[in-house]
Amino acid sequence: MNSIMDIIDGLTAWVGLPEWLQSWVHAGSFNLILVIVITVPLMVAVAYLTFAERKIIGYMQARIGPNRVGPRGWLQPIADAIKLMFKEIILPTNANKFLFIIAPILSIGPALAAWAVIPFDDGLVLANVDASLLYILALTSVGVYGVIIAGWASNSKYAFLGAMRSAAQIVSYEIAMGFALVGVLMAAGSLNLHDIVIAQSGNFTDWYIWPLLPLFFVYFISGVAETNRAPFDVAEGESEIVAGFHVEYSGMTFAVFFLAEYANIILISALTAIMFLGGWHPIWDIAPFNWIPNIVWLLGKIAFFAFFFLWFRATFPRYRYDQIMRLGWKVLIPVTLVWIIFMGSAMYLTPYGDYFH
Amino acid sequence: MNFEQLLFFIFAATLVFAATMVITIRNPVKAALFLVLAFFNAAALWLLLEAEFLAITLVLVYVGAVMVLFLFVVMMLDINLVKLREGFGEYLPIGGLVGVLLLLEMSIILSDNLFGLERMPEPAGHDAAYSNTRELGRLLYTFYVYPFEIAALILVVAIIAAISLTMRKRKTTKHQNPGEQIKVQAKDRLRIIKMPSERRP
Repeated sequence: MNSIMDIIDGLTAWVGLPEWLQSWVHAGSFNLILVIVITVPLMVAVAYLTFAERKIIGYMQARIGPNRVGPRGWLQPIADAIKLMFKEIILPTNANKFLFIIAPILSIGPALAAWAVIPFDDGLVLANVDASLLYILALTSVGVYGVIIAGWASNSKYAFLGAMRSAAQIVSYEIAMGFALVGVLMAAGSLNLHDIVIAQSGNFTDWYIWPLLPLFFVYFISGVAETNRAPFDVAEGESEIVAGFHVEYSGMTFAVFFLAEYANIILISALTAIMFLGGWHPIWDIAPFNWIPNIVWLLGKIAFFAFFFLWFRATFPRYRYDQIMRLGWKVLIPVTLVWIIFMGSAMYLTPYGDYFH
Repeated sequence: MNFEQLLFFIFAATLVFAATMVITIRNPVKAALFLVLAFFNAAALWLLLEAEFLAITLVLVYVGAVMVLFLFVVMMLDINLVKLREGFGEYLPIGGLVGVLLLLEMSIILSDNLFGLERMPEPAGHDAAYSNTRELGRLLYTFYVYPFEIAALILVVAIIAAISLTMRKRKTTKHQNPGEQIKVQAKDRLRIIKMPSERRP
């Protein structure tokens, strides 16, 4: 890292840039390198999550899944990427060209930007923002614009229906998600993701999944709904509205939507791991477990939750639209409200308050 | 000009541009999207003022929820734009007069001798441990607790009023009752008849 920065500094000095511009280039390239260090492995993980999905669902349905490209199908995602890159991007007639192109970008941008505040290890975070929990919540809520704009700009009835469904669904589940995060905030006494993980240090009994068990379920279910994944994938709903909001998209624009969906899966898994499963902390803080590097623990927990997303898709049938709304408003939100009140009273009125911290 | 000032001018210029587009652009969906851009830039300006809680809450509430519902409604409306722009010239003198008056009043109040840089000294910087969110919460739940609670109560009343105004039950809608659906048992839907087997003729 330092040697790369030295090379960049040497280059700017050699070109003869003015002093202030040199410092800007220094700061900019330093952050850019950090962003690349996070984004490139994330993109590889996204590519192989699609492969994992096809394989896992394949085995769950007693099939083999993709096994033609490369040894045991391991080069399949690369083949898919190359295929999608060479496909033509078709603009529908009377579509709004600018919004049609910008919609996939708007859906992947927040999914990547949220990784800026994810702590991978003690001190290993791109930006240790104080209100990082709020930042995450704000960014995940902005992701819906990609879907809505795509549905509207496509000038297609099916896409529009998908966008409308997605908008209503995401706005409803965001409230439950926000309330679940309020519980985490109350337990940790901080909005900083790093502090939240630190507050859960110790063994697996110190993780927030135990005092916040109902909120954990609410958060994870809302997370599945927020990513528009099965069983809440009414925005796509292949059997009802073909492919929903991205029915008119082809080639790379479609691929970007696809990447955004899987990046969101990994993001929600990471957040669940950080807020409820102790982030980078090992199960037990004793010899064989804490030999494994912390980051491996975090990645393992992320993979564990990502597996759940694939499992759900293979298991559950799609919810009907009114059932989704009912679950969000009449089940999940009351559960979170009751648990928040219960937690608050237990923390300040009973001697068992420590259990929730 | 330092970096912060440069950022301020970029965000402020984009904010003014986006706000102008909201009221001049013909397409209502695009106008709503420009309003989203305006909110984002306002949030960025707040971030420059070290008010990160307000900035992120602005994005969370207005961009993430309010504008989504706005777009939802605007996209479904079939607005006749030509009709909407009728009578523009008719209202221009009155509207222009109000606008000029507003501008004058604001320039009197926000002039240099009241809000100038000498009047408003630069606030002292905060140390790294300072948490904007924590300070806001502490003030809101201690010093301003009654106004806060009253505001919350008014909002609840408004929500209930809005729901009760728009809620109407139509007899003709074919909506399902999930409770009844769950209560249904196999014997309500299915009748198994025992029949003696018959010999083939």
